[in-house]
Amino acid sequence: MIEAGALCKRFGAIEAVREVSFVARDGEITGLLGPNGAGKSTTLRMVYGVLAPDSGSVRIDGIDMRGETSHARAHLGVLPHTAGLYGNLTARENIDYFGSLQGIGRKQLRARTAELVASLAMESFIERRAKVLSQGQRIKVALARALVHDPANLVLDEPTNGLDVMAIRSLRAMLKHLKSQGRCILFSSHVMQEVAALCDQVVIIGQGRVLAQGTLQSIRERSETKSLEEAFLQVLGPTGGFE
Amino acid sequence: MRALFTVFGKEFLENLRDRRTLVSALLFGPLFGPLLFGAMVSRMLDQSVAESDEPLKITISGAEQAPNLRRYLESQGVTLTLSSLSEDAARAAVQSRAVPVVVIVPRDYAARFAAAIPAPLLLVADSSDAPARKSADRVRQLIANYGSGIAQQRLKARGVSPLLAVPVAVNEIDVTTPTGRAVAVLGFMTYFVLFAVLMGGLYLAIDSTAGERERGSLEALLSLPVARSSIVGGKLLATCAYMCLSLAISLAAFVVVFRFVPLERLGMSANLGAGTALKFFAICLPFVPLGAALMTLVASFTRSYREAQTYLTSVLLVPTLPIAFASIYSLKAKSSLMLIPSLSQHLLMTSVLKDEPVVPLDVALSAGSSLGLALLLLVAIARHWRRESMLG
Repeated sequence: MIEAGALCKRFGAIEAVREVSFVARDGEITGLLGPNGAGKSTTLRMVYGVLAPDSGSVRIDGIDMRGETSHARAHLGVLPHTAGLYGNLTARENIDYFGSLQGIGRKQLRARTAELVASLAMESFIERRAKVLSQGQRIKVALARALVHDPANLVLDEPTNGLDVMAIRSLRAMLKHLKSQGRCILFSSHVMQEVAALCDQVVIIGQGRVLAQGTLQSIRERSETKSLEEAFLQVLGPTGGFE
Repeated sequence: MRALFTVFGKEFLENLRDRRTLVSALLFGPLFGPLLFGAMVSRMLDQSVAESDEPLKITISGAEQAPNLRRYLESQGVTLTLSSLSEDAARAAVQSRAVPVVVIVPRDYAARFAAAIPAPLLLVADSSDAPARKSADRVRQLIANYGSGIAQQRLKARGVSPLLAVPVAVNEIDVTTPTGRAVAVLGFMTYFVLFAVLMGGLYLAIDSTAGERERGSLEALLSLPVARSSIVGGKLLATCAYMCLSLAISLAAFVVVFRFVPLERLGMSANLGAGTALKFFAICLPFVPLGAALMTLVASFTRSYREAQTYLTSVLLVPTLPIAFASIYSLKAKSSLMLIPSLSQHLLMTSVLKDEPVVPLDVALSAGSSLGLALLLLVAIARHWRRESMLG
């Protein structure tokens, strides 16, 4: 479970995130939806602890990210906005590197990688250098890297950006599979259809604030519209989420 | 600590697989100096041997005026080409490098010579052309010898002792030892050694910092439950490892090159065997973490691989500054200079090369100052890596 409580972050004169609070539960996919520049990445960076909030708190499975950073991070798998691989290492070496840095022993790591290879269908390219892999294969390796320590929580920042249709479809299937394992998944997107297709809970962000949150249905009901798109636009207001 | 070694292992392996980087770190960097050096010294050898052995060739105009001089020059093994060039034609011929040296005997030479009035000769040569200048020097020396022989005969004929015309006799004593002469040539070799040290880690320093950010793998790495000091420490350690490798390769290459270049023929003796190479390695070792920290710090501040490359090329020149300064002011090893990294390594290596005694305190100061500065840079790196702007 990921809990964000009244997160605030400013960069100089810009208030990037203001009082953002939400809860992402286990066994659910929570979508952070908002236009570009709304503060999604900044919020997620605070969630996975590479940015320190000016005020507010982040708890991962109840562990405070600021007080016990390493402990909290160990419960978290992260796929950042730019999830680049090491081109000169094989897919397996990329995964092993992160696994080893997570403190997993050699034997255990071999077993865990075998599991990931099977569940993500990576048999055909696991020993190939990352630089020759296709987009879809790369995203699988990046995901396996984020899941190598078997975290209960997974954060993904715009994971479908720059992916082709096939890769997006297989990513969706993987996220649904991870959800069915009871994990808590939090991901951001500026594409409504994507959120509509995947999420149980939606948090709509604009101008660094939470504008609406709840299940897809409750948001639609509240804005009295049929489609999420209309609800999204209505929530953002006439300025489209910008001042 | 375990994380540090994991990062080290991965960076070491990744660099090993990058052929382009490997070529520059372990071939170009360390071998550039020794090869250039070997080629240069061989060329110098060829030239000096060729110059003293080769018969002097000059063009002479109006030789019929001075048959005596002509005989003398020919008796000294000079090959004369007879011509009748005017002064302007001679100038043009020398300028266009068609002939190296022209001696012109003017029309009134014979008459003045017979009357024992100084007889003029014109020597046309281009002093900016090194071989031609040497030929001209040899011609000048031969003509001076001829002249003093004639002077002695004239004095004798008039009943005067020729010794009266030689009031002072200078005897030169050149105290340069063969090793000392070698050092003048080998002076810049120390820079190549330091260059190899830096080149060994250059690309790894860029790749593990600016490169990692540009590839987009940095943020995932920094979101792991690992102290950032361990991450950057592992990267630095890998950079140091390649720098040590490059240093070792460079020194080995120097030892090999020195075995094949017959420095003794230039009147030099080079004191560069395996023992000296080991001493060089020990002297340069404290410079390794300093160079690694400097390059990593600079590369950490840059936004992209290309930008880092631009800045780090200037970093390669940093160690030349104190060395250049030292050779301009011909500084000798002393304790206060041991506090300046790169200069201290240069002076210590030069002392070893000259077979001079090396003061242990100097070695300690050199190592201490380099390591101390490296430590300061490490603190700066650790601070920078903790900053949020690291994410880019």
